[in-house]
This record gives sequence, structure tokens and C-alpha cells, in this order.
Amino acid sequence: MNPAGRIRAISMFAAMFAALAVVGLVQSWSLALAILNLCLISAVMSLGVNIQWGYAGLFNIGVMGFAALGGVTAVLISVAPVPTAWEAGGVGIVAALGISLATILAAIFAARRTPAGAPRKLVLACIIIFGYFLSRAVFYPAVEAIEAVDPIKAGFLGGLGLPILLSWIAGGLFAAAVAWVLGKITLGLRADYLAIATLGIAEIIIAILKNEDWLARGVKNVSGLPRPVPYEVDLQQALWFQDWAAGMGVSPVEFSSIFVKSCYAGLFAIALLVVLWLSERALYSPWGRMMRAIRDNELAASAMGKDVTSRHLQVFVLGSAVVGVAGAMLTTLDGQFTPASYQPLRFTFTIWVMVIVGGSGNNWGAVLGGFVIWFFWVEAEPIGLWLMDLLTSGLAEDNALRRHLLESAAHMRLMTMGVLLLLVLRFSPRGLIPEK
Amino acid sequence: MDGILNALFLLSNFVIVPGMAYGSQLAIGALGITLIHRILRFSDFAFGDTMAFGAMATILLTWALQSWGASIAPLPTALLALPFGILCTVLLCLLTDRWVYRFYRREKAEPAVLMIVSVGVMFVYNSLVRFIIGPGDRWFADGERFIIKAQTFKRLTRFDEGIAFKTTQGLTILTSIIVAAALFWFLNRTRAGKSMRAYSDNEDLALLSGIDPERVVMITWAIAATLAAIAGVLYGLDKSFKPFTYFQLLLPIFAAAIVGGLGKPLGAIVGGFTIAFSEVGITYAYKKFLAYSLPGDWAPQGLVQLLSTDYKFAVSFTILVLVLLLRPTGIFGGKAT
Repeated sequence: MNPAGRIRAISMFAAMFAALAVVGLVQSWSLALAILNLCLISAVMSLGVNIQWGYAGLFNIGVMGFAALGGVTAVLISVAPVPTAWEAGGVGIVAALGISLATILAAIFAARRTPAGAPRKLVLACIIIFGYFLSRAVFYPAVEAIEAVDPIKAGFLGGLGLPILLSWIAGGLFAAAVAWVLGKITLGLRADYLAIATLGIAEIIIAILKNEDWLARGVKNVSGLPRPVPYEVDLQQALWFQDWAAGMGVSPVEFSSIFVKSCYAGLFAIALLVVLWLSERALYSPWGRMMRAIRDNELAASAMGKDVTSRHLQVFVLGSAVVGVAGAMLTTLDGQFTPASYQPLRFTFTIWVMVIVGGSGNNWGAVLGGFVIWFFWVEAEPIGLWLMDLLTSGLAEDNALRRHLLESAAHMRLMTMGVLLLLVLRFSPRGLIPEK
Repeated sequence: MDGILNALFLLSNFVIVPGMAYGSQLAIGALGITLIHRILRFSDFAFGDTMAFGAMATILLTWALQSWGASIAPLPTALLALPFGILCTVLLCLLTDRWVYRFYRREKAEPAVLMIVSVGVMFVYNSLVRFIIGPGDRWFADGERFIIKAQTFKRLTRFDEGIAFKTTQGLTILTSIIVAAALFWFLNRTRAGKSMRAYSDNEDLALLSGIDPERVVMITWAIAATLAAIAGVLYGLDKSFKPFTYFQLLLPIFAAAIVGGLGKPLGAIVGGFTIAFSEVGITYAYKKFLAYSLPGDWAPQGLVQLLSTDYKFAVSFTILVLVLLLRPTGIFGGKAT
């Protein structure tokens, strides 16, 4: 980056933190830290999308699905196992998954060994149909047994009971595995096929997480996940903490909330810096140059002997893994996993707005985009409400139009995102911090 | 014999007729997607929300007409309001093209850039619809609900199962036949349609022979918007209107267009019915059907449902994946690159 660009980037980050400070002073520090935490997570997520789109030009609109995979991993890693549920149906579930896996492997094996034509199709169809019904026969009784175990509190297998921070890595690996399968199928074909396939897999992942209660309680949600940071209540009762709060001149209750959020912010900042450092190293390595060469001219790159499809697969898996890490971080922060809260406009397309507005192809741009857009996402509603109030101030209190407009102010958020995206694409397509 | 007939009636009520209606809706949507893809050369992710906008405009006039007492019973009033909905959608699309897409066309932007632009447009349409009519569920069907009622059929024939045929289903199937016929006539027989096909086959040659590209683009948007509005209204009449479901329709509609081969109008129709019948057929519980058609004590214990309805997206996705694996250019061999 040239010196002028560097100064520009630094001043924009400074402005962003100043805006957060203003929220802290005007509204409250607790709110400012809450926004900052989600800014950090959004920044990791948009780094993931930037790896796919900015480095390689891959159009993934299933970000939501990979984030949810990371989220469910947080549950599966951190929650204590439910031994009674495992006794009731654990064997059945494992067996059913084993049968499904064996079916897929048998189908692949059969497809490779039999000659092409009608016999191969027949053999494949038989294997798949037989495997499907066999696994279902084992699966359903097990699911019923598991969901019958203490349905109000449990009704699922539980997790591994490990520290939740491990799930940040495991979530990334899990998302990467799914991305590998999906990429194997769709990469190397038209660019829009990947887009549609990712859109579809995201919807399916959410449907599975909503309906498979034995896995993570479905829409009944898993709450009260173990935390990597202390609990507010414990802090408030600790003497040293009360003294500290008194020394700072704030009430222990408020100070504990600020303290806990700062701990989270510290953890998230470390994760963001690690991902950012790795991304920067990758981008300025020979590998990164090769990716850019492929992005800018696939034909020329493949003429130079680069295997475009397998490079694309690599970058798709890496980007999805980063999104998975961010998803696990988000569930860690929330302390609960709620599959119904995954909305494509919030989890897929807003992340895209972050990358485009920040500057695709530039990691610092993606991070800044994550900060700026999340800030607007939170503050758009109060601003929209205020604007509507101002616009309709001439109308009477009970005017139908005024009431409708005020109630609809929440939808201003999506409008802001769309208009912002269109304006940036049109007038400043390289974003706030352009790729050099 | 009675058992078999009962089973067939049951299948007609729950699989064949709903599949036909759903297939028609998907086919009209897929025609729109495929047309935009062929002439404007990008995948329009705003299409689901364009459908929602058309349906919304129609609903608003339907409500107005209902409150004025206008009706064309036994047909739903929405049919009377449909031309207005189409007009609004066409205007919206033409304005969008003028303000948004035209710039990128002149710049000869990459299709991927246009896809992202369409995401921005999707956000705007989506918020527009939510802003005007709200995110909730809306019903606007009125008039006679059934062409044939199951009860009447049972009384007349004394079968255990009756054939039921909803007005909206009949209307959907009939409309889509008319729409498809009109579209094919337009593309193959009229001057404007021929100029569209010429433009999509070879832009430079079309320019050379005096075809005005802006006119072709305008006609394309007008047709795509018309298709979107019709598909949106038919789907809303048949089920209900909820903005988010229209966004979710993107997946089956794109799957239909890809299965048939992107850019192939005939493929879009075949794709639409393929997706619809697979979705309805796989998520239907065959328990009662088997009880009627098998001899007495062979009746199954479970529901005999291949996949729960919660996973209906998985069906279009699986078909999409299968087609991508086995025949990436679609059944009818659309463009591969």
C-alpha cells in the first residue's frame, strides 16, 4: 500500500473507533462494547468471504449455512454429554450414520468399478435405495428414544463437554469439510452454479438444524452454553471486584457487564488478528499471487499450467472455514444456539455488503467493512425511526400513514444495505480501502 | 377395483394436481430467469422479490376492488387486479434497468458483478415490499374455492375418496398454458421475438443488422416482469403471500432453470415440472394410498413418507446436484460456459 493509501486506511479505522467511542459516551459503554464484539465477529466473517470473492472471484451466497455449522459445533463441543440419551439411542444414531457413509462409499466404489451404461445405473440405484431404507430403519427408533429422554431439558445427545474455545477450530474444520464436498461437485462448472448450490446448501443446513432435535434440540434451542469468560454474578459477589468497581467509580453491576464484554472483545480481537495475519501472509505469498492471476485471467493462468479448479476448491474451503470460525465465535458470545435466528439477509447478504463496501481483495478493507456495516446495521434502526418521526411530524399522532411509517422503520435497515451496496458498486467499486 | 380407484383419487388430490399447479408456477418463474439469463447474461437473484412485488401490487388493488364491491365471482378478484400488478412490476423493472443495470451493460461488466448488483436490487425490492405490505402472511383469494369438491364427488359416486380440484389450481394450470403458448409464439413468430433471439445468439451481428439493443433489453425486462408478476400472484393465490417465501422460491426456480438447461425456454418448463413433482412426490406420505391399493392386511404401519416436508428444499437441491454431476448443461443442453 502506498503511504497516502496507508494514511487514508488508518484514518478510516480511527474514525470507526471514534464512532464507537461516541456511542460509549452518548448511549453507554456496555452498548459500545456489545457493538464492538459483533463488529469483530463480522470482520472475521467478511475476511472469509473476502478470501473467496476477493482472492479468487468465487460467488458464495451460502455464508449463513457455514456460519450455522460453526455455531452448532460450539454446542457439540462445549455442552456436557447426556449419558441417558446416549444409552437410549446413541448406538442407533452412530449405526445409521455409519450405514449412510458405507452406502455413499459403496456407491462411489461401484461407480468406479462397473462399466458405464445401464448396469451401472441399476447397481447404483439399488445400493442407494437399499442403504437409504436400511439407515432409516435404524435411525428413526433411535431418534425417538433420544428425544424421549427428559424432553424439557435435554432430548438430545449433548456434546463432548470440552472447553468452548476449542469449537472455534473445530467449527472451522467442520465448515471446511462441508465446503469441500460442495466444492467438489460445483466448482469447475459455471460461476452461477456455485452460487445456487451454496444458496441451497445453506437452506438445507438450517432446515436440518431446525428439525433434527436429537442433534442440538432444533428450534427448542440449546441455551446456557459454558463460557470462556467469568459470569457477571460471580464477579459482582467477589470482594476484589467490588473494590475495583468502587475505584473506577461505577456500580459493580454495570462494571461487571463492561468487564465481561471486554474479555470477549479481547478473545475476539486475538482471533481476528490471527486470521488477519494468516490472510495477509497468504495474500502476499506466491500462492496469493497465483490466486489473483487466476481471478484476473483464468485462461492465461491455466495456460501457465495452474490447475484452476483445484485452486478454487482450496480457496473455497479456506474461506468457508474462516466463516465457520466466526459462526462458532458468534454462538460463544450469545451463549446459546438458536437455529431460527439464521436469516439469509442478515447472515449472507449483509456479509457481502461488508466485503464490497470495505474493498474486495483487501483484507484490511474487509475488516473495516465488517466494522462499518455492523455499526450501521445496529444504528440504522434508531436513525430510521428518528428520520420517520421527523418526516411525519406534520401529521397527527393517530394518522394511519404516520403509524404505518413508524412501524415499518425497521425495514429501513434492508433498504439502507441495498442502496449502500448499489451506490458503492456504481461509484466506488473498489471499496473504502481498495486493493492496491 | 374400488380400492385402486380410491388410491388414484387420493394420489390426484395430493400429488398430481398440486404438483401440476406448483410445477406451473415454477415453470413460469424459471422462464423469466432463463430469459434474463439468455439476453442480459446474468443470474438475477432479485427475481424472487420481483415476484413478491408483483403479487403485492396485485393484492393492494384486489383489496381496493373488494372494498368497492367489485368482483368477478366465481373467479378470484385478484385476476381482475393482475394487469395492474403486471404494469407496476414492468415499470419497476424498467426503472431498475435504467438506473442500475444499464450502466454495467455499457461498461460490459462481468456476469459476476451483475450478480452482486442483483443482490443489491434484491435488498431494495425486499425492503420495499416489507415496507409497503409488511412481512406477515396475507390471504387474498376469494370467489368459488373449488371446481370439484371432495364431498360432492363422494355423494355423487359413493367412493370413499373424492376428487377435489381447487379453483386456484385450475386457474394456475390454465394460465400457465396460455402464458407459455403466448411466449413461444412471441419468441418464434414475431419480429421483436426474433430480434431478441438474434441478439442473444450474436450481439455484434444483431447490431450490424440494425437491431436496437436497448429495445431488446426493454422488451426482455417487460416480459420477465410480466412472468414474475403472474408467477407471484398464482403462487400467492394457491398458497398465501409472505415476502420471505418468495425469496426462498429462488432455489426451486433456479434449480428448474438449470435442470432444463439455462437459457432454454422449453427446458425451463420441463425443469419446473420435474422439480415440482419430485418435491411433492417425495414429501407425500403414502400410507393411505398403499392401504387402498394393497390387499387388506398388507397395509403399512408407518407414514411411508420418503422425506419430511421440512426438507423440501433438499429435493430441489439434490436434483440440482445430480444434474450438475451427470449432465452439467442440463437436460436440454443450455450454455455450459
